[in-house]
Amino acid sequence: MNFVRTQMLPPQSPPVTERGAVKWLRENLFSGPLNTILTVLAVLTVYYLLSMALPWLLHGVWTANSLTECRTIIAANYGPDAIGACWAVIHARWYQFIFGFYPPEAYWRPILDFGLMFVAMTPLLFADNPRSAIKLVGVVAVLTVIGLSLAQGPLWLLALCTALMAGCFFLVLQSPARLLPVTLLYPFATIWLLWGGSIWGPVMMMAGFGVLAIVYSLLSTRIGVVMATAAGFVAACIWWLALDGAVAAALQSLIPLAIQSVPSDKFGGFVLSFLIGVSSIAISLPIGVLLALGRQSDMLLIKSLSVAFIEFVRGVPLITMLFTASLLLQYFLPPQVQFDLILRVVILVTFFSAAYNAEVIRGGLAALPKGQFEAADALGLDYWQAQRLIIMPQALKVSIPGIVSTFIGLFKDTTLVTFVGLAEPLRGITTIVRADIYWKGIYWEPYLFVGAIFFAACYGMSRYSLYLERKLMTDHR
Amino acid sequence: MAIASDLPKPQFRFGMLIYDTRYRTITIQVIVLILALIFAGWLVDNVRTNLALKGKDIDFSFLFRRAGYDIGQHLIPYNNDMSHGRAAIVGLLNTLVVAVIGCILSTILGVFLGVLRLSHNWIVSRLIGVYVEIFRNVPLILWMILVATVLVESRPQPKDFKVVDGVSQASMMLWDSVAITNRSSNVPLPLLDHPLPALGSDSFPINTSLLFIFALFAGSIYVNRLILRRAKAVQEATGLRPVTWWQSILVLAGPTLAALFAMGFHLEYPVFKGFNFQGGIQFDHAFTALTIALTLYYAAVTAEIVRSGIQAISRGQSEASFALGLRPGITTRLVILPQALRVILPPMISQFLSLTKDTSLGIAVSYLDLRGTLGGITLNQTGRELECMLLMMLIYLIISLLISSVMNVYNASVKLKER
Repeated sequence: MNFVRTQMLPPQSPPVTERGAVKWLRENLFSGPLNTILTVLAVLTVYYLLSMALPWLLHGVWTANSLTECRTIIAANYGPDAIGACWAVIHARWYQFIFGFYPPEAYWRPILDFGLMFVAMTPLLFADNPRSAIKLVGVVAVLTVIGLSLAQGPLWLLALCTALMAGCFFLVLQSPARLLPVTLLYPFATIWLLWGGSIWGPVMMMAGFGVLAIVYSLLSTRIGVVMATAAGFVAACIWWLALDGAVAAALQSLIPLAIQSVPSDKFGGFVLSFLIGVSSIAISLPIGVLLALGRQSDMLLIKSLSVAFIEFVRGVPLITMLFTASLLLQYFLPPQVQFDLILRVVILVTFFSAAYNAEVIRGGLAALPKGQFEAADALGLDYWQAQRLIIMPQALKVSIPGIVSTFIGLFKDTTLVTFVGLAEPLRGITTIVRADIYWKGIYWEPYLFVGAIFFAACYGMSRYSLYLERKLMTDHR
Repeated sequence: MAIASDLPKPQFRFGMLIYDTRYRTITIQVIVLILALIFAGWLVDNVRTNLALKGKDIDFSFLFRRAGYDIGQHLIPYNNDMSHGRAAIVGLLNTLVVAVIGCILSTILGVFLGVLRLSHNWIVSRLIGVYVEIFRNVPLILWMILVATVLVESRPQPKDFKVVDGVSQASMMLWDSVAITNRSSNVPLPLLDHPLPALGSDSFPINTSLLFIFALFAGSIYVNRLILRRAKAVQEATGLRPVTWWQSILVLAGPTLAALFAMGFHLEYPVFKGFNFQGGIQFDHAFTALTIALTLYYAAVTAEIVRSGIQAISRGQSEASFALGLRPGITTRLVILPQALRVILPPMISQFLSLTKDTSLGIAVSYLDLRGTLGGITLNQTGRELECMLLMMLIYLIISLLISSVMNVYNASVKLKER
């Protein structure tokens, strides 16, 4: 008699309800009555949305000269009751959505500037990731050249810009850090490219920063960082106020290098949004850091000034700040001073976002253990060394999500400049388009188009912040 | 024998103001103070010069002059013969009403969405994720303009509701109680047959019936809390929780419903008469668009706050709770949520603040709030930019500070008490 099995049974596969797609469905969609109801509701919602949107999207018309023509084409192709999108409005007003009223023969300037923006950002975004940097610069260079060739400029100009982009690509092939000079030159290049005029204005403005740097490096070891910066700033101000204009005019008469100048009221569309958004983002981060440090400072006066500024700016809506820029600033400046509306708006939007950044960074500073500050003191570092080497790298790392969401908010808020009369794409340009007799009554298409571009920009920023968080996460969790 | 003596105190020298960190802070502060004073003086001087050049002065008496413009939505009696100051108050109330409704609705929707976002149901959590990303990454005024435009462009005109020979081109919704035309949304108006006598003056009437009902409801809530506290005491003493849900419902709903019934509560339906709807409440599309856009946008923001708040609670907490034998529902209610609330509250405060400030975007749909009245029509009519803007900023600042201080008190009360 032998009751004992001598051979092992072969392992059986799990029951069909516990493996593969069925298991996944059971666990993720139908794990209980509530979940089943939710699933059914969600599927119905998706079906309802798609059944409305898909025909509309699929029946889209891309070339037509008016809304009526669009509707005729849709009715002819898909029957009289068919609905369809009339993307032709985007096609017809494409240049206006992108460039506003910028002179068409100068379209190459914003295009080149936009391409250079990514090149200038590369060493900051991907400093220690050469592969991504090369990919980014390569793609941007190709796209810029394609964009420029579509802009129908003279051939020599296209060749020049291609050479410029190729040079940038050559630099990034060696190392992303080689592009840093491009980053430093970029703000002045932007001013020159977008507004045009004599090249010597931006160059002399840049020279002011050179004066600041020279004075700082001469004095910083002797009288400390703050005093040296202040002295450098005073020297630069003297340069800008007293000498800048005269020198620029003299150089212009000696070597006339100028391109067609474009006044601010010609700016519009996404060029304007990106101009305001990017410049405010770039300037507001350092100011935000300074304000956060000021708020944490031991010096009572500095602290109260920072607190007052931050709380005031955070307490009022951005729109009142913009109205201040357009209506009130003229009261606070000397009567003969008149400066550009875009510049005024950039300054106030920068202040606004700097205050929010300051609060975010203050949160990051508060999250640091006290031991970090004490260790920096024990090592004998002075205040600015400790901030630069120990405190800020950690505090900024913690505050990245907050900073990026401030930036996203700022970029979205550039749409508000429409209320002070600037032609941004969402309301400014779209209102103009919708007022056109041929496109009267159209609303989904232009808003969806503008919304999609904003979505792409903001979503890209939030993805980058996730990447940065992952990259900088050095603790083991 | 030498006696060790203290080192002589270093004599103060002028150079120490720059080189010695102890004195340098004083130097820096003095310089900053001087610069700040010079800057402030410069600003004030510029304002004086500019005002003199334009032949203006700073004068707030325009607030008491006749406004001369109409405001469609006014919570207190208003007509165009009243003063600019009154118009500003009407505008302020319009700002506050949108802010309060927006905060309440977006919190409810946002908490709901945030919890669903964490659901194990794959399709639901993905769907909510898409919603959140779409709404967070697109400018708020796009939603405002889009809602307003869709309402105005796609809804029928009031005259289409006119019944001709038993048929009308457009029909009302929800059993003939709501009519949305291309001008406004008409909804039933709650009315009382025998209201309590009104108090206050004609210009600021106080609706005593409403106050009475609120007081009654607050009293009910208080009594309900007493009942719950008693139930808890019984539970702690005996281990058995008495059944209280029917008492709670009776106490919460009973007195209020009885009072409403006694005062003759009924709804006044909007009816098409002449050229437009009469009766009921007419919500301007500006109001609707602003409220819907703020609610949808901030619900997405709230959903993210709630999600991250719940995720911030470490898994050990729920595992410990399960180990104690608590069921998932009770774990959520007694262990997770009280802790998550502490994480959620601070960002919620700043989110309420930004919602309140963002009501000023009503300018995109011509909503007459504080900015539309004081900072809009009044400013343009009187030409007093300086006074209007400063007053408006001051009011917004006061609202913000009030909200943040009230919420901070609440935050402090639920904060982790460390000893």
